[in-house]
Amino acid sequence: MNKSTPLNRLGNGCCALVTELNAQGLTRRRLLDLGLVPGTKVEVIRRSPLGDPIAFNIRGAIIAFRKEEAEKVLVVQVS
Amino acid sequence: MGLTYQSTGRSTTREIFNVPNAGSELVIALAGNPNTGKSTVFNALTGLRQHTGNWPGKTVLRAEGSFIHGGRRYTLIDLPGTYSLHANSVEEEVARDFLCFANPDATVVVADGTCLERNLNLALQVMEITDNVIVCVNLIDEARRKKMHINIQKLSKALGVPVVPTAARSGEGLSELMDTISDVALGRVMPKPVLVRYSDEMEKAIAQMEPKVREIIGTHINTRWVALRLIDGDTKLVQAMERYYKEQNPKQADLEVLA
Repeated sequence: MNKSTPLNRLGNGCCALVTELNAQGLTRRRLLDLGLVPGTKVEVIRRSPLGDPIAFNIRGAIIAFRKEEAEKVLVVQVS
Repeated sequence: MGLTYQSTGRSTTREIFNVPNAGSELVIALAGNPNTGKSTVFNALTGLRQHTGNWPGKTVLRAEGSFIHGGRRYTLIDLPGTYSLHANSVEEEVARDFLCFANPDATVVVADGTCLERNLNLALQVMEITDNVIVCVNLIDEARRKKMHINIQKLSKALGVPVVPTAARSGEGLSELMDTISDVALGRVMPKPVLVRYSDEMEKAIAQMEPKVREIIGTHINTRWVALRLIDGDTKLVQAMERYYKEQNPKQADLEVLA
């Protein structure tokens, strides 16, 4: 099994499964509310010109995260 | 002793929100995730032209309109789109405060039929606050186009609330939605939401807190929900309750002790 990486390290077009949220309090709540629970599939859609924020497809909605949020979501890449 | 809010009740809190008091007109709230077509449903029902648009945060404050159905006037409140009622942002706070304190006669949760999974989180949260919930599966035309079939009866049974499929853009399902709204608002249909059961530990904590919460705030707001939020450490809710009930309930300060 692959090692977990932060969500912001994935390249465009990559798919991954959430393993863990490395956040507490409101940020954690927010990420959970957006549908990021362990096992959720996330796809990297595109990056803004400076590489941050990054847009992801999460359960059928496209949502952009800044690095500060994305790096708190640990994932394993799937093909 | 001052006025407790049990004696002044729902009418007083409703005045704060500038919506009609119970009895005269029925108040219906429209909630839902961003970009599920709440404003389109709102416009289709009221005939108004509230601005619809596809960008986040379009309806930051609520919009209001009305329609007449079966000889009664219904005031419809279009709430901002949110993913959750655990207030992180202004929009979420507006939506939560309205559902929690204005006690609408019915709440319609507008869900995107093409990605139901992510929309039902909010539906479950709304069901924790109020029983009078209707789930409106909107964009059903889009779902059909994507060859998705939604089993409305099964969904309704699983949730314990009425579910109505609509395509607000073309008007499909709207008369059925109006019928369902009036059935629920007038008490002809009583939804029995199937609530989330938490871990034994949590349920025990809720059972311990609920009577205390009830003692302080009465049954005006759903005590199970308040207990859950307090266990969650939601201090914003306590602040909001203080704001809305300040003059009406001198015992409110006790809540801080509980939190």
